[in-house]
Amino acid sequence: MTKLNTKPNIDGADDFYASLLDAHEGLSKSQSDALAARLTLILANHIGDRKILDQAIAAAKAAG
Amino acid sequence: MNKIFEIPLYAYDRSLDQDEETPVRHPVIIIGAGPIGLGAAIDLAQQDVPVVVLDDNDKVSFGSRAICFAKRPLEILDRLGCGAPMVDKGVEWDVGKVFFDTRQIYDFNLLPEDDHARPAFINLQQYYFEEYLVDRVRALQAEGKQIEIRGKNKVAAIGAHDDHVTLEIDTPEGPYNLEADWLIACDGAASPTRQMMGLDFVGRVFEDNFLIVDVIMEADFPTERWFWFDPPFNRGQSALLHKQPDNVWRIDFQLGWDIDRDEELKPENIDKRLRAMLGEDVKYELEWTSIYTFQCRRMEQFHKGRVIFAGDAAHQVSPFGARGANSGLQDTDNLIWKLKLILDGTAPESLLETYDVERIHGADENILNSTRSTDFITPKSEMSRILRNAVLDLAEAHEFARPLVNSGRLSVPCTYDGSPLNGPDCASMPDRLRPGSPAVDAPLDGGWLLNALGDRFQLLTIDTDAPATLDVDGIVVETLPVSSQGNGVLAARYLGGAKTGVYLIRPDQHITARWDTFDKAAVCTAVNTATGRG
Repeated sequence: MTKLNTKPNIDGADDFYASLLDAHEGLSKSQSDALAARLTLILANHIGDRKILDQAIAAAKAAG
Repeated sequence: MNKIFEIPLYAYDRSLDQDEETPVRHPVIIIGAGPIGLGAAIDLAQQDVPVVVLDDNDKVSFGSRAICFAKRPLEILDRLGCGAPMVDKGVEWDVGKVFFDTRQIYDFNLLPEDDHARPAFINLQQYYFEEYLVDRVRALQAEGKQIEIRGKNKVAAIGAHDDHVTLEIDTPEGPYNLEADWLIACDGAASPTRQMMGLDFVGRVFEDNFLIVDVIMEADFPTERWFWFDPPFNRGQSALLHKQPDNVWRIDFQLGWDIDRDEELKPENIDKRLRAMLGEDVKYELEWTSIYTFQCRRMEQFHKGRVIFAGDAAHQVSPFGARGANSGLQDTDNLIWKLKLILDGTAPESLLETYDVERIHGADENILNSTRSTDFITPKSEMSRILRNAVLDLAEAHEFARPLVNSGRLSVPCTYDGSPLNGPDCASMPDRLRPGSPAVDAPLDGGWLLNALGDRFQLLTIDTDAPATLDVDGIVVETLPVSSQGNGVLAARYLGGAKTGVYLIRPDQHITARWDTFDKAAVCTAVNTATGRG
């Protein structure tokens, strides 16, 4: 089964994280919620593989 | 007011049964002369099973009600001899547009596949639909078939017995009693039959109200399905515009949960809504208005002893996706041939269990789809609204988000995967025609394949031979030999990777087994499996 990659996988992790914060900069809570939702959908579509997506949803739920 | 609502189509007429001392026994009685009850009655009469339909009213149903009819039900209606007037009168459509706020975010085309006799969808008012079914009943009567509709016959009590059902019926001239070997209840979502028998109807109630406004207007909107999420004229809610014949337009306004029904239905308030939507100078006439709420639920079993439930009486869905009347016709399509074999004594009563198995499978599919549409149209939480709006915001620029937009997943025919009636499959043949699927149409000798199928077991042989008929313990299977020479559509749909093909097809046009070559013993076994005799 295709497995969700939960090992470090982003080159320049700090830069990515800063970009993510930048994207939310100056937005209201509702604008930020909408942005986060759009981003989730865009990334999910890029991944596409339902098995990976299910594991990602489970991992996100488990960490909270 | 359209005068069709005023004229009794099956006026009360005293039956000789009412003068009998002992209740007359009929093989099959149907309660409800709506689309499903009439469809069932026509199917039975065509099979020479005498049938009586009882209805507490004597007219077509009031208002346009169900308006979207899908290809599979149209094919069933062709088998029932009344598809043509529906399609001739109906409005064909295949383009839908989706709007969010003030913008059109995308449009879609149902892109109906070529080489089918019937279109993907037509819109037709339910009153026309019922009228044409009654016309077909009258034609069958003229041919001498035993089919009766008794108007103003209200069933007041039902007695269920092991081998028959008793009915107490009220008429304008007083009560009388009847008996039936089998009773089919097609008496709608509020089914009095179901209530009299104290049977469950389990599912979800949705906290929402929809205002239906059918207006007659000269408008130059194209023949398309338009759906709005959160439009300026109905903030925070949705709306739908759809065309019907005779310049009647269906407009649906989502209202939310806390509303004053009487206020909303006042013509002056409806007028405000229409002008906000269509412009101040719009000229229209109201044909029908109604407020509805809906549930997604079904009975746990679709028959109890000799009482069988079909259509909304057995299962109810939200209107998104046109899965109500369309699935009801698939119920009786599935039921009637089984009942006919049981009445003839050629199949055991246990065959009826497969009506439950197959149509509960269909009902669950419809409930799942219509529940998901409802969850998208009416988000239940703040987060589900945020996600829904994210999908809508993305859909305009990004194609990937469009399949996530759910303004109704339109009715498609049910494939009875996993049915106990299914026989062998042949792996090299196209998946869409696997056992359990409805036969797909294809051109045939200047006509259509589906017009040559139905009402009996048939063996469709493609580029191979089989005996003209086979008698399998009292069930006659007729061979329909066809050639794929020069018929690429048939070859693509039915053969795929196989050189030759043999399909065993049920009286409801569903495939029940298939092979690439004819083997008599295998066919006989499959016929027995398909009739509950395996």
